[in-house]
Amino acid sequence: MVGAHRLTKRFGEFTAVDAIDVEVRRGEAFGFLGPNGAGKSSTMRMIGCVSPPTEGSLRILGLDPATDGPAIRARLGVVPQRDTLDEELTVRENILVYGRYFGLSRAQVNAKADELLEFAQLGERAGSVVEPLSGGMKRRLTIARSLVNDPELLLLDEPTTGLDPQARHVLWDRLFRLKRSGVTLVLTTHYMDEAEQLCDRLVVMDGGRIVAEGSPRELIALHSTREVLELRFAADDHAPYAAKLTGLADRVEVLPDRLLLYTDDGDATAAAVHGRGLAPLSVLARRSTLEDVFLHLTGRTLVD
Amino acid sequence: MAATTTPVRPHEGRLAGRAFAYWMANYRRVWRGTIISGFLGPLFFLVAMGFGLGALVDDGGLGGTGYVEFIAPGLLAAQAMQTAVGESTFPVMGALKWHRQYHAMLATPLGIADLVLGHVAFVTMRVAITSVAFAVVAVALGAIASWWVLAAVFAAVLTGLAFTTPVFAFAARQDNDSGFNVLFRFIVMPMFLFSGTFFPVSQLPALLEAIARVTPLWHGVELCRGLVLETATVAGSLGHAGYLLLWAAGGLWLAFASFRKRLVT
Ligand SMILES: Nc1ncnc2c1ncn2[C@@H]1O[C@H](COP(=O)(O)OP(=O)(O)OP(=O)(O)O)[C@@H](O)[C@H]1O
Ligand SMILES: [Mg+2]
Repeated sequence: MVGAHRLTKRFGEFTAVDAIDVEVRRGEAFGFLGPNGAGKSSTMRMIGCVSPPTEGSLRILGLDPATDGPAIRARLGVVPQRDTLDEELTVRENILVYGRYFGLSRAQVNAKADELLEFAQLGERAGSVVEPLSGGMKRRLTIARSLVNDPELLLLDEPTTGLDPQARHVLWDRLFRLKRSGVTLVLTTHYMDEAEQLCDRLVVMDGGRIVAEGSPRELIALHSTREVLELRFAADDHAPYAAKLTGLADRVEVLPDRLLLYTDDGDATAAAVHGRGLAPLSVLARRSTLEDVFLHLTGRTLVD
Repeated sequence: MAATTTPVRPHEGRLAGRAFAYWMANYRRVWRGTIISGFLGPLFFLVAMGFGLGALVDDGGLGGTGYVEFIAPGLLAAQAMQTAVGESTFPVMGALKWHRQYHAMLATPLGIADLVLGHVAFVTMRVAITSVAFAVVAVALGAIASWWVLAAVFAAVLTGLAFTTPVFAFAARQDNDSGFNVLFRFIVMPMFLFSGTFFPVSQLPALLEAIARVTPLWHGVELCRGLVLETATVAGSLGHAGYLLLWAAGGLWLAFASFRKRLVT
């Protein structure tokens, strides 16, 4: 569906996307995970055929964006990072107007609007002007609108950023349904739980480069341990404690407010910590997440 | 990429009708208000300037034409300019920055040429509506008496177009609306006052007259006036129309380039 080879985007001297290789297969949900400024949106805009690559090759749906942009975009659905809804029109009008851009007839787009409003649970708000709607509703409308042309490939740039947990779960549910119906999803996020929930495969981006690639499970298996033990001590500087823990874990990560011990058995490691006569304020054993992978690969946390 | 070196590729622009349809859908919400002001504006202007001021003006300098008959076609062209500029400034910036309709369109099969042509077509339709409204009022008041008013409406629309496309190009290069104030105060307003709408440009000092004669508005005014006063020659009218078309075409080329530079990054 998407094939990128040494894909590069530069803005003047600045390299936002640095020679990345990406392959997205039909029917899968593929994620770009990375912190602010990693180059996720720049990549998505190239895939969406609105931003020409500076270097490298890019094929979307087997076509070349440089020459077949309109034909490709006719088969894509795009949910941009910043909504481009027409806030002065109603919910329904937004879908109608957007459908017309794809050349749908009035009758087609009318029928489609009913279906999409139902799908996005916006049926009751169909006649409301968009402006006063909640962030979650606007995001659902943007997603509904992006489906008006029955896209084969749906691009979602941070679909749930800024939404409350409930709104995020509603959106995830909708995206699952889309995936089940055969739509290929490409999404960006800086939430590892979102990536773990939604993505079959993902790449971790940082500073324009891909630093890791695989399924969430593979990434955790490869770059982290099964469990993580989090320790908090009554001190401003946690580094001295790390020295006292050598040998207890595969790896110790020092954060400003806590220590992370990478281990296959959190409880056993916790017992060993107490065995050395250390008394942390709090002890938490948990499963490894993509956040840990990211921290390991870049030395930084994902969301600041 | 090759795509960024030329402002527009040959096959682009076929889908402009879809962008036009959006602007029409948008207009349906507000058209009533614009129609009313479309009639009231010309009515006030013609009554105040034509009949009020005109009664005091010695019409000896106008070759026997009454003052209201003199300014009516001038105002027709000037109003076309004002509608065109008004519709090509804030709405274009809004679609780029505030409401971002252009960004929405670009995610669909539409391209830069479709965006520009569709929106220019809509502005041209707005100019046509205000020009027709003006002509209706002017004829009803007796300020225009010739059937050539029908041709003059087309001339006014062409005058509008000569402003629409260059202003689109200008608006797409602005980061905020302060440039528009300069445009209104130092270009549109002086043109409105000194390009033959209210008095023949031959009244101006030689240098200013020369400047007035290269403005698109002067050509629009002369074209409209020649038609409704039935004093036009074929060659003269074609000359004015050709000059206006040149502005429209040059402006369109610049608009494509400006839009591409702004939106394709
Ligand atoms: N049009 C542009 N002109 C100049 N620099 C840009 C442009 N677009 C993006 N950049 C820069 O490129 C880098 C990558 O930006 P991008 O938006 O792709 O990151 P991102 O991963 O989507 O980040 P975020 O999570 O904040 O959305 C940033 O440093 C950004 O400032
Ligand atoms: Mg982004």
